[in-house]
Amino acid sequence: MTLTAPPPPAAPPEPARARRLLPAAGPRRTLAAFALGAVLLFAVAPLALTDFRLGLLAKYLCTAIVAVGVCLAWGRGGLLTLGQGVFFGLGGYAMAMHLKLADAGPGNLPDFMVLYGTTDTLPWWWVPFANPVFALAATVLLPMGVAALLGSLIFRRRVRGAYFALLSQALTAAFAIWLVGQQATTGGTNGLTDIQGFFGYALDDPANQRMVYFVIALVLLALIALARQLIHSRYGELLVAVRDSEERVRFLGYDPARVKLVVYVVAAGMAGLAGALFVPAVGIISPALIGIVPSIELVIGAAVGGRASLLGAVLGALAVAWAKTALSEEFPAAWTYFQGLLFVVVVAFLPGGLASLARTVRARLARRRTGADEDGAEQKEAAV
Amino acid sequence: MSGTGTESRGGLEISALRVEFDGFTAVDGVDLSVAPGDLRFLIGPNGAGKTTLVDAVTGLARATGSVRFEGAELLGRPVHRIARAGVGRTFQTATVFENLTVLQNLDIAAGAGRSAATLLRRRKGVPEAVAEALETIGLTALRERPAGVLAHGQKQWLEIGMLLVQNVRLLLLDEPVAGMSHEERDATGALLHRIAGERTVVVIEHDMDFLRSYARTVSVLHAGRVLSEGTVDEVRADPAVQEVYLGTAEDAAAVAGAEAVTGA
Repeated sequence: MTLTAPPPPAAPPEPARARRLLPAAGPRRTLAAFALGAVLLFAVAPLALTDFRLGLLAKYLCTAIVAVGVCLAWGRGGLLTLGQGVFFGLGGYAMAMHLKLADAGPGNLPDFMVLYGTTDTLPWWWVPFANPVFALAATVLLPMGVAALLGSLIFRRRVRGAYFALLSQALTAAFAIWLVGQQATTGGTNGLTDIQGFFGYALDDPANQRMVYFVIALVLLALIALARQLIHSRYGELLVAVRDSEERVRFLGYDPARVKLVVYVVAAGMAGLAGALFVPAVGIISPALIGIVPSIELVIGAAVGGRASLLGAVLGALAVAWAKTALSEEFPAAWTYFQGLLFVVVVAFLPGGLASLARTVRARLARRRTGADEDGAEQKEAAV
Repeated sequence: MSGTGTESRGGLEISALRVEFDGFTAVDGVDLSVAPGDLRFLIGPNGAGKTTLVDAVTGLARATGSVRFEGAELLGRPVHRIARAGVGRTFQTATVFENLTVLQNLDIAAGAGRSAATLLRRRKGVPEAVAEALETIGLTALRERPAGVLAHGQKQWLEIGMLLVQNVRLLLLDEPVAGMSHEERDATGALLHRIAGERTVVVIEHDMDFLRSYARTVSVLHAGRVLSEGTVDEVRADPAVQEVYLGTAEDAAAVAGAEAVTGA
């Protein structure tokens, strides 16, 4: 390759719109976006919202944290993870177990175990969760570990596409069913409820609820920053390459299974953290919150907003979570149907989500005008 | 950087290679050796097993026999390990990452050995090997374009460029000039000539004009076996080749190609 002979003649440069991709958004623009987000979350929302609405927002932000992971795994990596409920649940239960033990006090059983009265000693796998450091670490590391195990089995066998989606959905169903079956040690259908304190702070105090909200908002911003770094790193480029042509990546000497495993594990860790933060914000974790339907809910927001765009995924998750509350207050039965419809419409007609709406329309118009068959980079680029 | 020591070690050595699909034998005991630095063309009627042969060498198709490159056995290794052993290929339809820019495509191709720490950082500037490859394939001016909007020929060159930065020492190209204009064909031929020598190049091709202009050596495959081998003139003079292409070939589509080989 030391040759300097004349290169093959490059075809004449594309006329008209060269549609250059924006170079990664400038640091100033990014900083401004983060500053705006911080002002909205830390100043505007607490001032403008009642305690009740702020509590709801805290819950929505947990969904948005999951969406950050979904944006990475699905939007960037092409992994339609319909089973984020498993990881959300693992994080949530790890946190709730610790809080229940802390509520009960040293040496005592959590209230529901006393109530069901089937056991008078703490099950062995509950014991380490009395330690706050262990429990906190477990909220993230447990989901990541499970994802690493599942992922290495799944990706090495080259399960992908719809089969991967179905498998992940089956896993979340199995996990929820297992939890229901273990009433004596997991609280069964009820889950772990009535959580009073959060590391020494009483959760019924509105001031402490605010603190929980601030922690969640901070975590969300931090994870967005982390995800952004991943997207713009070389790994992020490689991930898109694996999404678009896994076989080709293999011929370049990479093992796509490992590339996918990393993003799957990262997304699982984010879902776990979201689940852990959901517990103090809402005061409960139960199988109904992590089954098939909630798992789809966790993905749908990202789909609506734009799964490949961080900002789109996060805002979409917030919007869908908000819409769910608003609509199910009015029409309790209709929400599930509406949710299904929304998913189908977005996936079929606007795969890039609302974040790509302007671009898709512009591309359509341009194509009609020029009649060109160039439909190339419709979406996918752009983040935050 | 490349090509050092390849002369002392063997090039590509294929022996007794067999590939079967559900009882159909696509490659039936092929022996083939390509010297380091050669520019070898593989021709043959449709169904002769050319692409399957490349699939077997690159780990995509399960095969028996032996495929050695630079002395190392390739059969039985997973695809990405074979790639890391210095063997790269293209496909009949150009497969570049359409949503990534030309530069990103090349950077990814250059990076199979990168550490996790490097992967997690951003790319700063253009790596030297990538810049060289951009020059070689003539796409420097288009490096920020998404690969999806490139012309057909440019995509093929990008694929070849990806093999160059990947630093493969054996390039297996499956019909690289199919669908190209005459100008593009000539540019591609010149490009292959520049690449061969330092690296070993094997080209599957149907285009006989292109073959006559650029092949150094030719192997003719027929019904899963090597029928003839040698320089372009030797192969054209071989009666067995003439027979397959003209007379008894079951494959009518081959006739057109045959005229190009024997006639002219």
